[in-house]
Amino acid sequence: MANKQPLIRIRKKEDRSFLEKILIKVIFIILALVISALFINSVTKLNPLSVYSSMFKGAFSTPRRIWITVRDTCLLLSIAVGLTPAFRMKFWNTGAEGQMLIGGLMSAAMMIYLGDKIPSALLLVLMFVFSAIAGAVWGFLPAFFKAKYNTNETLFTLMMNYVGIQIVEFFVDVWDKKQSHSVGIINGTSHAGWFPSIFGQQYILNVLIVVLLTAAVFIYLRYTKHGYEVAVTGESESTARYSGINVPKVIIRTMLLSGALCGLAGFTEVAGISHTISVETSGGRGFTAIIVAWLAKLNPLVMVIYSFLIVFLNKGAVQIASDFNLNEYASNIIAGILLFCILASEFYTGYEIVFRHKEEQ
Amino acid sequence: MKKIISLLLTLLLVAGVLTGCTPKEPDKPVEEKLKIGVILVGDENEGYTFAHMEGIRAAMKANGLSDDQVIWKYSIGETQQCYDAAVDLVEQGCKAVFSNSYGHQQFMQQAATEYPDVKFVAATGDTAALSGLDNFSNAFTNVYESRYVSGIVAGMKLAELDAAGMIPAESYKDGKVLIGYVGAFPYAEVVSGFTAFFLGVKSVFPAVTMEVIYTNSWFDLTAEGETANTLMADHCVIIGQHADSTGAPAAVEAALAKGTVAYSVGYNVDMLAVAPHAALTSATNNWGVYYTYAFGQVVKGEKIATDWAEGYKTGAVAITELGSSCAPGTQEAVDKAITAIKTGDLHVFDVANWTVNGIHLNELKIDLTGDFDTDDPEDKNAIIDGYFHESEFRSAPSFSIYVDGIFEK
Repeated sequence: MANKQPLIRIRKKEDRSFLEKILIKVIFIILALVISALFINSVTKLNPLSVYSSMFKGAFSTPRRIWITVRDTCLLLSIAVGLTPAFRMKFWNTGAEGQMLIGGLMSAAMMIYLGDKIPSALLLVLMFVFSAIAGAVWGFLPAFFKAKYNTNETLFTLMMNYVGIQIVEFFVDVWDKKQSHSVGIINGTSHAGWFPSIFGQQYILNVLIVVLLTAAVFIYLRYTKHGYEVAVTGESESTARYSGINVPKVIIRTMLLSGALCGLAGFTEVAGISHTISVETSGGRGFTAIIVAWLAKLNPLVMVIYSFLIVFLNKGAVQIASDFNLNEYASNIIAGILLFCILASEFYTGYEIVFRHKEEQ
Repeated sequence: MKKIISLLLTLLLVAGVLTGCTPKEPDKPVEEKLKIGVILVGDENEGYTFAHMEGIRAAMKANGLSDDQVIWKYSIGETQQCYDAAVDLVEQGCKAVFSNSYGHQQFMQQAATEYPDVKFVAATGDTAALSGLDNFSNAFTNVYESRYVSGIVAGMKLAELDAAGMIPAESYKDGKVLIGYVGAFPYAEVVSGFTAFFLGVKSVFPAVTMEVIYTNSWFDLTAEGETANTLMADHCVIIGQHADSTGAPAAVEAALAKGTVAYSVGYNVDMLAVAPHAALTSATNNWGVYYTYAFGQVVKGEKIATDWAEGYKTGAVAITELGSSCAPGTQEAVDKAITAIKTGDLHVFDVANWTVNGIHLNELKIDLTGDFDTDDPEDKNAIIDGYFHESEFRSAPSFSIYVDGIFEK
């Protein structure tokens, strides 16, 4: 007993079964709900169940709300998916915000300048292509300097956001007819360059595009040679080099893809949702998507769940403010508790806590 | 195998979530109770929105509307979120939807096009008349009137300081006392406001000149404080503002405590809490007057005026309680001016009181077509009967030229 074990130890645990992992997640989500309930009740004296049901109502109580929840989930998902190829390569693309803005700006520009000149279907196709190219250019610049001069991509992509913001600011002023610092709804009457309603539903195309892109990225990363190269480069650049992978080429190619996908998110937002452009077009989603991508451990399918969770919390926040006059701080605290518990559950799926007496037996 | 299970579970979750609620049809408006929706850019923690909330509550009381008849949407950004909120309110059965921030306007207009049976109001906006929509309106208070009166308060203080010889020599520029103004953006709304303020000061203390600096933000505590410091470093004696935070008054209070001769005139809210010695007064809006009118129209099922702008006559504008630093006699001067504005004896933009390049204008066209120039045939001259008719053709302010005595560095 000379070298006594500490009372509590943390031990790596890699052999948890899938069901065990799910169970841990569920337990922690319930725990988050209980903690939030205690908070809600102690601070506001409201019945936590009615607050939860109000949040649920905010996201689902009407067909339109469901569509908006789905639409926003898809948008956030598309950015997270866009980040995935880069993150798999351990290239920290913090520039989704700027890539999305520049893609959106390209879409808006084409709506403004080509709106009355070419058919809307052709316009949409061109907007799709050029938004992707614009986003790809925003992804290319940091990738090129990383590949050639080994610059820090986190800072580079981050700074490209601000360049993007300033360019959007500039064009908002160019297109703003009233010195009111807003472009207004573009083609509000002609609807040129707007996503068409399909079966009377406004947002089907948004969902379709994102589902296809998500599936494509999933397959690309998992089953193609490119995907393999990305994974190896991410694990170790040296290994990649020894096995004959052209690392600079992979970096640039992957960031072109990542930037293009984020640019397309801008396209979806401008052509399919807001039909205008401003610095609010990205609205911080480029950063939120980083959280989504990481919580999902870069698995595009799991990202669906986390994108949904974050959008759900946002919709719920507006609704509880409306129903109970709880301001955004209240919903921020609930979201914080939930995210914290999810992170804790991540810990418990990978590690376990061992008590001394258990060891001695 | 695990992957497949995970995929299935994911789908199951999504499907469960989606189907779990669709059968429960949305709460249909069973009773025919009138509902009104309001979209606010902030919540009660933000002064501008708080003023609107107070107004809305007063209007509910005045029109006998119960709590469940007004649906509030807080912290709605000037983005697609506003359109979504507006349509959501319509689906909840609202017969009228109000928004309180300028940037909401484009989204409100879009919703108004799509729902012609619902009334939409974009407060502080300016495109309703141009939109040609019968169900879309704008509203603005004649806050230039209360800015003029707050200028009188500042002018009285200048006169007192000057008589006591307390204005430092550096503050005189070509024999005129220098005052400063923290503006938000170089828009007509701001220019109109500071011109009114300047004319108010001048009506009491004619030997005055004013420097304007823009912060390029409606609400920026730090930038407004810094701008006030810059103006005081230029030896400005009075710091006026058209920006929403308490940054400037707080900076002036700090400078005053250190011995600088400077006083503050605020906006929106009483600044005495942050600047008990430096704050003279603030120009404010009383949105209750508008909301009471507009909610009343909704209750009666009548049209809301496309452009609404009212001031002292109906109590839609005011100045806050005078600070203890105000010169003696200020209250009397203020009361006199308010009475004159109410009776129509005093016009803030009376051409006799201001010049541009030394000339008293008798024509000043304003843009009524929304293209920000004044050479269209529809653009009208707003100087009639010897004064500029502010906020009469459009509720949003339109006086956008610099008069002599106001300069930007």
